[in-house]
Amino acid sequence: MTERSYVEVKDLRRVFDVSKPWLNRVLEGGEKQYLKAVDGVSFNIAKGETFALVGESGSGKSTVARMVVGLLPPSNGEVVIDGVSMTSRAASAERQRLRRRIQMIFQDPYASLNPRWQVDRIVAEPIRAFRLIEREKEIEARVGELLSLVGLHPADGKKYPHEFSGGQRQRVAIARALASNAEFIVCDEPTSALDVSVQAQILNLMRDLQDRLGLTYLLISHNLAVVRHMASRIGVMYLGRIVEISNGRELFAHPKHPYTRMLLDAVPDVGMTGRQRIPVSGEIPNPISPPSGCTFNPRCPFANERCRAEIPPLLGGVACHAIHEGRLAVDAAA
Amino acid sequence: MAQPVLSVRDLRVEFVTRRGILKAIDGISFDIAKGEVLGVVGESGAGKSVTGSAVIGLIDPPGRIAGGEVLLSGMRIDNLPPEEMRRVRGKRIGMIFQDPLTSLNPLYRVSEQLVETIRTHTNLSASAARKRAIDLLAEVGIPAPERRIDSYPHEFSGGMRQRVVIALALCAEPELIIADEPTTALDVSVQAQIISLLKRLGREHGTAIMLVTHDMGVIAETADRVAVMYAGRIAEIGPVRDVVQNPLHPYAKGLMGAIPSLESDTDRLVQIPGSMPRLSAIPPGCPFNPRCPYVFDRCRVERPEPIQHSEHRVACHLYDESSARSEAVA
Repeated sequence: MTERSYVEVKDLRRVFDVSKPWLNRVLEGGEKQYLKAVDGVSFNIAKGETFALVGESGSGKSTVARMVVGLLPPSNGEVVIDGVSMTSRAASAERQRLRRRIQMIFQDPYASLNPRWQVDRIVAEPIRAFRLIEREKEIEARVGELLSLVGLHPADGKKYPHEFSGGQRQRVAIARALASNAEFIVCDEPTSALDVSVQAQILNLMRDLQDRLGLTYLLISHNLAVVRHMASRIGVMYLGRIVEISNGRELFAHPKHPYTRMLLDAVPDVGMTGRQRIPVSGEIPNPISPPSGCTFNPRCPFANERCRAEIPPLLGGVACHAIHEGRLAVDAAA
Repeated sequence: MAQPVLSVRDLRVEFVTRRGILKAIDGISFDIAKGEVLGVVGESGAGKSVTGSAVIGLIDPPGRIAGGEVLLSGMRIDNLPPEEMRRVRGKRIGMIFQDPLTSLNPLYRVSEQLVETIRTHTNLSASAARKRAIDLLAEVGIPAPERRIDSYPHEFSGGMRQRVVIALALCAEPELIIADEPTTALDVSVQAQIISLLKRLGREHGTAIMLVTHDMGVIAETADRVAVMYAGRIAEIGPVRDVVQNPLHPYAKGLMGAIPSLESDTDRLVQIPGSMPRLSAIPPGCPFNPRCPYVFDRCRVERPEPIQHSEHRVACHLYDESSARSEAVA
């Protein structure tokens, strides 16, 4: 990458304490238990780019998203956005100014909008919170403008969220994200609660807005087809680590990591009628007691002793001993 | 053609509410042959799950079957008294629901639930039923079934739980299995395992499967034929390859174009404006007319009946010879 990264995530980690309560531990003799939800994740996002994290449930992708926007403090590591560290204590004043430029869109538009507020109040909330516009008349005009931008009518501002369909609510959520002139939007499964025809509307809207406003997206999704459609670069997560990172075309044309190959093979696709697929064995292991070494080793057909003992580093966009050692050819179709 | 396992004729389901009668299913007809997988696809509110519930007789008041017939291997089952229907359900029709955690009783071991179901529908002894239960668990791909059978549902992972539910549905060797979003709650890698399991079982036992899902990808890979539902009606029904690659109904066309694909590159997805009408406000004529790009006057007044068009049956005036508009889309 030649230009400076807009978002830099360095060695991000998050550990959750999932121990039983103190009294139970004392009486039943249990140990403290920790869950490493995110275990050393690093990536960069250039300005105006869409970077996507894909993975199955439990892979830690939503935890990364929440740490990037600052909803969850990381246990370790750093998030730098536009040169300002979001995690160190030193830059707090600068960080405050940066906050308004970062917004998030959540998965469930039924839960992310206050049901007792009218839509214009919901959309105006970031404007009021950051004191971007003081005069009520101007706020009203800005809200109308935002609603038109996302394909709603300015008069819709007088309605309540329950009067809208799922897709329209997600439009309201997008309007709210844009209200503070956000540049960087973290979208956590923005369309997985929506029907396909509505999903297409929202994905098209997100792309149009990116073209018009130069937005940078971090897209979290489990849907590979959506990710392929939207993202220029993709990171594949498995049990809290990025196993492969690559640009979109490359990842789908020549997947490297055995997990990525397996995942691509498993996705049902409308273009594959009647195709016999290779079913994958096993499931994601329990993250409280992950396998040693490469966490994918129990499911991996190429695993050897080293894979069971040593965590593979992310080199050349892929974290896999078999590829680094040349045991597994990069271009061979799995 | 041999007698179909399931035959649904002009089925209507209504819900009586204070504000009037809502037609959830408005005159649908389809057949499923032995060993065939019929995919029923549609967006939320299209009536696909209600269709499944109506077939198995699980429509609760205020809902009711308002008309039509459901025939299981030639025997009418929609008007059976509840006690007889209870024997058909489970014995001749198996059911798999979306969330495996809610269809298993958390307080009973898997063995107890399987043995109870087997003994309700067959006259096997307790030990023979247990042996059969272990065989079933092995068949659905649960490793070490003789040890796992005495576990509780919460001790299984999501994919394994769904396998247990499939084993439960298979207990009495039913002729028909209704699978309502069987893979929606699962991750893709596990989803693939469950789909190939369902396919294999259908093939080996000759079980007819009605697969209800909103995921076109799952349908494309699993089903032999597919019915696209919209606002309580079947918009199009036909062989899966034809419907996916060459859909006729404008709604089916839009739906296929709206799905991002792993294979092809598109800058913009096809977008169907608006959303599905509420049941209380289904427009007259064709229910899709306010969103349809090819709409003409007849669509707004007259309801389109299903028309045979090559191997599809499509409910759209565009394909009616008399309205001479067919070439506009062809």
